[in-house]
Amino acid sequence: MNFYGYGRPDGRVGVRNHVLILPASICASDTARIISQQVTGSVTFNNQNGCAQVPPDQELTMDVMAGFAANPNIYGTVVVSLGCENCQMDLVVDAIKARTNKPLQRVIIQEAGGTLKAIEQAVRYAKTMVQEASLCRREEFNLSELIVGTECGGSDPTSGLAANPVVGELSDCLVDLGATSILSETTEFIGAEHILAKRGKTDEIKQQVLDIVHRYEKALQLVGEEVREGNPSPGNKAGGITTLEEKSLGCIHKGGHRLINAVYDYAKQVDERGLVIMDTPGNDPSSVAAMVAGGAQIIVFTTGRGTPTGNPISPVIKITGNKITFENMEDNIDFNVSPVIYGEKTMSQMGEELLDIVVETANGKQTKAESLGYNEIAIARVCNYV
Amino acid sequence: MINAMIIDELDNVGVVIYPIKKGDTISYVMANQQTAEIQAVDDIKIYHKFAIRDIVKGAPVVKYGQHIGSAGIDIKQGQHVHIHNVESVREL
Repeated sequence: MNFYGYGRPDGRVGVRNHVLILPASICASDTARIISQQVTGSVTFNNQNGCAQVPPDQELTMDVMAGFAANPNIYGTVVVSLGCENCQMDLVVDAIKARTNKPLQRVIIQEAGGTLKAIEQAVRYAKTMVQEASLCRREEFNLSELIVGTECGGSDPTSGLAANPVVGELSDCLVDLGATSILSETTEFIGAEHILAKRGKTDEIKQQVLDIVHRYEKALQLVGEEVREGNPSPGNKAGGITTLEEKSLGCIHKGGHRLINAVYDYAKQVDERGLVIMDTPGNDPSSVAAMVAGGAQIIVFTTGRGTPTGNPISPVIKITGNKITFENMEDNIDFNVSPVIYGEKTMSQMGEELLDIVVETANGKQTKAESLGYNEIAIARVCNYV
Repeated sequence: MINAMIIDELDNVGVVIYPIKKGDTISYVMANQQTAEIQAVDDIKIYHKFAIRDIVKGAPVVKYGQHIGSAGIDIKQGQHVHIHNVESVREL
């Protein structure tokens, strides 16, 4: 099975052809926004971090920045930094170069002589890069080049009944075709981690699945908090999810039935094929950001309550098993899988339909979140700023 | 009319797929393809859970064939099963 994508000089294949204006810190984020507004064909995001972070937090931020620039949906990157932040320009550039050899330019606001001069420099770089990018043509590639990230947000019982199992079918199809499927959201393995761990390909991977769950719980306990606070959320409960265990058992359906080939830390480069796990929060935009940084060209996102969320770099395909939510939020949701609940279609039929949607999206069809311009992201954090 | 479903044959709760009023008949297909009918004791919102059989206080509540918590009070067949009568239990 094939799709039409953009071959990159590092050997990876994109499904979009954006130029990224990358703010190295919060202090460069507004500048990056203004630059991106001047350059059609560019994307950017609000980086809330990048300075005054403890080393483990800085690593999370650096991995997201480097991973975004390396994501194959990006043609090239203009890094914009203030100049004095902890995520120094040289560090960011080195981290990007460790992952990819794609076009890269840099603008430092303090060295450029302030906002207007920095914007002018960066806009010129970005315009040139977008023109170069516009010469790229889609070519035919095997579906095995795809990395698909799976996510659930605003879950309700239909997530576990329909949407997540259909994504599980998709995940199995992708794995069988030689592609990669990422299961994420460590906090939503809790209570189901023993079931998931059994599917680790090796004893080491089995243990890693258990370890990331325990590490997450311990990290919150260090500040006297429990992961159960706020989870299930008020919306989950209103929809009919009672306990975190119930939510988790529904959540892990997204991972289908194949063996788990690897467990990755947050936002690290995914290089194994097949089903893999990434250690991310249940918080949707920060989990999606990590998988996009890991190289996911497409995100498949299930929702029960309905959510508008998107991502600036990778298209987000949204799915619900709740027929009322689909009717209520059809502007935001791409695929209605409620026929599974009402016996009108089988799980595998809807899994195949979803695979077709993934291929269409890879070929260039915009998702609803893309057409509406949704591009919020968040980056996970271990503790407060210093 | 089928208006509910069970996910795993081990489950002691099912999920209604239409809104249910107290006194309505809840109908679902069992693992052996026979249809079962029980009386709703409460109003049950769409996609919320109901007890397939009585669940005594402290006994596990089972969905997806797995424990999702334990009964905080005695739960009767046909009752709405949710945060008012189930407690989360960390089993690991």
